[in-house]
Amino acid sequence: MSDHLNIGGKAIINRLFIGTGKYADYAVMERALKEARIEVATVALRRVDISASGENILDYIPKDIIIMPNTSGARTADEAIRMARLARAGGLTNWIKIEVIQDNKYLLPDNLETVKATEVLAKEGFVVLPYMSPDLSMARRLVDAGASAIMPLGSPIGSNRGVKTRELVEILVREIRVPVIVDAGLGSPSDACECMEMGCAAVLVNTAIAVAEDPVGMAKAFASAVWAGRLAYVSGLPASSAKANASSPLTGFLRDDVNKSA
Amino acid sequence: MSYYDTYLRYRECDWNSLFAEPSERLVNNALDDEEVTVEQFLAMLSKNAVPRLEEMARRAHELTLRYFGRTIQLYTPLYLSNYCDNRCVYCGFNADNAISRKLLSAEDLEREASLISATGLKHILVLTGESRQMSPVSYIKECIEILRKYFTSISIEIYALTENEYAELVGAGVDGLTIYQEVYDENIYAEMHPIGPKSDYRFRLDAPERGARAGIRVVNVGVLFGLDDWRKETFLMGLHAKYLQDKFPDVEVGASIPRLQPHAGSFISTHVVTDADIVQAILALRIFLPRLSLTISTRESARFRENILPLGITRMSAGSSTCVGGHTAEAIGPGERVPQFEISDMRDVAGIKEMLKNRGYQPVMKDWVSV
Repeated sequence: MSDHLNIGGKAIINRLFIGTGKYADYAVMERALKEARIEVATVALRRVDISASGENILDYIPKDIIIMPNTSGARTADEAIRMARLARAGGLTNWIKIEVIQDNKYLLPDNLETVKATEVLAKEGFVVLPYMSPDLSMARRLVDAGASAIMPLGSPIGSNRGVKTRELVEILVREIRVPVIVDAGLGSPSDACECMEMGCAAVLVNTAIAVAEDPVGMAKAFASAVWAGRLAYVSGLPASSAKANASSPLTGFLRDDVNKSA
Repeated sequence: MSYYDTYLRYRECDWNSLFAEPSERLVNNALDDEEVTVEQFLAMLSKNAVPRLEEMARRAHELTLRYFGRTIQLYTPLYLSNYCDNRCVYCGFNADNAISRKLLSAEDLEREASLISATGLKHILVLTGESRQMSPVSYIKECIEILRKYFTSISIEIYALTENEYAELVGAGVDGLTIYQEVYDENIYAEMHPIGPKSDYRFRLDAPERGARAGIRVVNVGVLFGLDDWRKETFLMGLHAKYLQDKFPDVEVGASIPRLQPHAGSFISTHVVTDADIVQAILALRIFLPRLSLTISTRESARFRENILPLGITRMSAGSSTCVGGHTAEAIGPGERVPQFEISDMRDVAGIKEMLKNRGYQPVMKDWVSV
């Protein structure tokens, strides 16, 4: 059975997306991307030298990978929009991960500005993947504005705290018709697996891989966990034991009554 | 409301007893808690925390990795002018010092900028002495317009401006502001800055806030170690950084703790600051404010700079010269090179990049895009 994730006309098999910040060495990042068979990587536009005079992060991203530039550093919708246009004019893809953050302490996104940016950029033909705080009505607005997927956070960027927003993300998975990709805060492969078991379409991981002792090994570990979680989800997870049938059914008397009357 | 109101709460306190009090328990909690209190910050700066430096270093390292990764952002200073109306007792540009004064012309600046740009640096820090007559805001603005062709991020370290003047420079392309209070103790400040516009303590203290209000994205505060007790000064600077973070959540706040270096003039510091003291200050700042960017300049030796990298440093200068026109070696005649202060780490940009890579850090040359 083929199990593809479709975004922006691309069929993606590996549901582990990777962030490219925080690596000690681009060469190690390149190996991690290759060995974990990554298909989608996000790159901060602020780090890209479009004039390409010096060493450039893009030189270390294999050509067959979908590059999803992000607007890290943008504080308003307007700044995010201008950054996205700059990326496209610079010859990068038309994918854009919108990050609008006005809070440097927790790096939590501004959902309202994110909706505004999504609306403008989707109309301009971008494949828009907005980073957001998990909120159902905002997610619906993002979908209406033309988002190709939504990227709710698991916990604050870099915190490695796992899926602290689980209840809210579950609601998004149930209610939102575009892919839900958990972005930020996943600290270990088991966190990523948890997201996939919940039915998320993909996860995006940066810090936990980039700052690991062995980023290549950690990227492969995350990829395996994402694959396992996805397989568990599509295979139909059995209900947990807490919900298992009670040994003495509370409505058993109904059947007893039926038996008696028979 | 200004940071001055916070400062006033501490102005009269007995620092010796304040730093003697903090208990072991406060340090322990600081190492475990996600949110570190002001009392815990104080405890980490106290003498009682000295035996805990290694544990603090581990925590600081972990937090730095989490928030900044294995990366160090590089920049270099570019001096536009050393004309100065101030008589800061510790500075080589002191108006009383008989040094040759120079102001870069547009041609000089183009030459400096293209030489620096050829090293791959994209972040520049522009400096001047304080002379509104010789290096007025209009001149600085013209310089910024030239530099925009070469650099993606332009920070200024110049005399304190009004909010409107900061806004004018933001409009011209400035995105970063570095302005050190030098010393937070108001009385010592007055002794160190006896004459000239810089003697206005309040105008300087509120400058980072005026810059933030004017739309500057990165604001960097600092104290000059050697002018006062470093524990007290680090504490007051940390609170200033926190004040700015809380008041301007969209501004990236940074801090620096330069140590007084030899300079033209005769001021001798009575407050000795050891390597271990600087380490303790860095660790306490990192644990108190995990997202604070911390800069270490070439005032410090190559060996010391390398060793403190994992403790919380996120930005470094490279290929520095503290002379006006210092990047254009051929433009300087013999005997004319009067630096603001002496630098210790003489390596060029390529040398610093090489060192960072060998130490397991990615040198980040570009980390901003102006839109």
